[in-house]
Amino acid sequence: MRLEARNISFSYQDEKPVLSDIDFTVETGEIVGLTAPSGYGKSTLGKILAGYLKPDKGTVLVDGKSADVKAFHPVQLVFQHPEKAVNPRWKMKKILTEAWVPPEEMIRKMGIEQGWMNRWPAELSGGELQRFCVLRALSPQTKFLIADEMTTMLDMITQAQIWRVVTEYAARKEMGIVVISHDTYLLKRLCSRIVRLNE
Amino acid sequence: MYTADMETRQKKSSPEDGMPVFQVMNFGVSFSQYENGINRKELHVITDLDIELYEGKILAVVGSSGSGKSLLAHAIMGILPGNATIYGKMFYRHEELTRASIARIRGKKICLIPQSVNYLDPLEKVGSQISRAINGVPKAEKKRRAIEMMARYSLDPQVYDYYPHQLSGGMARKVLLSIALLSDCEILIADEPTPGLDEPSLAEVLQDFRLAADEGKAVLMITHDIQAAVRIADRIAVFYAGSTLEVADAKAFSGDGSQLCHPYSKALLQAMPQQDFLPLDGVQPMPGDLPEGCLFYERCPIRCEDCRCSRPQSRPVRGGKVRCFYAA
Repeated sequence: MRLEARNISFSYQDEKPVLSDIDFTVETGEIVGLTAPSGYGKSTLGKILAGYLKPDKGTVLVDGKSADVKAFHPVQLVFQHPEKAVNPRWKMKKILTEAWVPPEEMIRKMGIEQGWMNRWPAELSGGELQRFCVLRALSPQTKFLIADEMTTMLDMITQAQIWRVVTEYAARKEMGIVVISHDTYLLKRLCSRIVRLNE
Repeated sequence: MYTADMETRQKKSSPEDGMPVFQVMNFGVSFSQYENGINRKELHVITDLDIELYEGKILAVVGSSGSGKSLLAHAIMGILPGNATIYGKMFYRHEELTRASIARIRGKKICLIPQSVNYLDPLEKVGSQISRAINGVPKAEKKRRAIEMMARYSLDPQVYDYYPHQLSGGMARKVLLSIALLSDCEILIADEPTPGLDEPSLAEVLQDFRLAADEGKAVLMITHDIQAAVRIADRIAVFYAGSTLEVADAKAFSGDGSQLCHPYSKALLQAMPQQDFLPLDGVQPMPGDLPEGCLFYERCPIRCEDCRCSRPQSRPVRGGKVRCFYAA
């Protein structure tokens, strides 16, 4: 299966285009890095791939088709700031199981404590919340994961811990990953190829 | 006034010369929370913390997310919420700080570079927020200096007339930096100043901190980017579950980590993508559920029975300090 973006152009309101005629592909089972200086449209491309934004021009195809907007989206995006990606009025258990119920083993491997399930998001730290946000996105229906600075706000140990779970899962389930980051060491460590966006 | 208490502090700070400009001792922060209606509970988020800042030196604080790094910064500035209680002592030069005296020196002697853009006033133009940091010169000169500083971070002069909502995340960070670096404070506290910056901006920011220190400022940089810390800091303090487990020379955080003492510091280094990218099982204990003994007991590879029941005190090792019975 392949996630394919063809001739993508995008601009916010009337400003100059952030992306113009971008082509980008990821195969399932592949881990691709995406890097560029700030303001070059990395996150914008991530949002377009995951269906959060509609490009001005061009198409995004999953397995040769446009994604069905009424079903679970096979491309899932994980953001940099987990505290902005969870419902503050839901407890953690409800947040985690919104789309699927992860098996106990994955919860344990991700380092999520049972005691956290009954807490509110405001009671957990960024590192603790991000574990929920990542696991929440790893449903069996997820074919591609877009990790937009997914571990930038986290300490080194938590970062390594989360990536170990994600890469093991991706290898087992043939999931494709796009890693958006400024951290060249992280990209070299994780990715089989790295794409640089130009202005 | 010279007291015996200060004499002991001076001895403790022997690895570096002179008096610390700023010091916190046996410091703690707790929050009172209500649960099940009316039961009040004290949640200890920072415990037994010691930190010393010296003129011309950069201390980086690294450590796990949720270990209370930002709270430390907020406690120093006296901007914690009302349900927080502070324990221990804080000294600025010879003076012990109280809530009132913190309020007098913050923003003047001590400056904070906050973590998020939310700390800018949304109703005031960026330019006037920057120029307010400059004191004692005419208005036109303030504007000239502000624009000069903005240019160093490749912000266009037109940004001077922007409102904060018109800035991107990276631009907002540069504005926050400009404000702090233009002020003539003696102590600069930077709370996560680097995430999301691209390499050229990162290099510029780090160089500016080094310059600020070389001009005589004492800098406290809170970060989880160990690599950035190693590039500019003199010393690195390792935070875990609201306490410092180790304070070491910044150089100890390069190479194979054999210069580090505490097993948690070693694990942090090994987890870096340019090292082994090796995670450590388990999680940091939650505030309110801290173990009786060593805070790192659950995850420690070299733990012994006594670590479970008693908490190690900070002791000097190899020019640094470590909070572990067995680290050598």
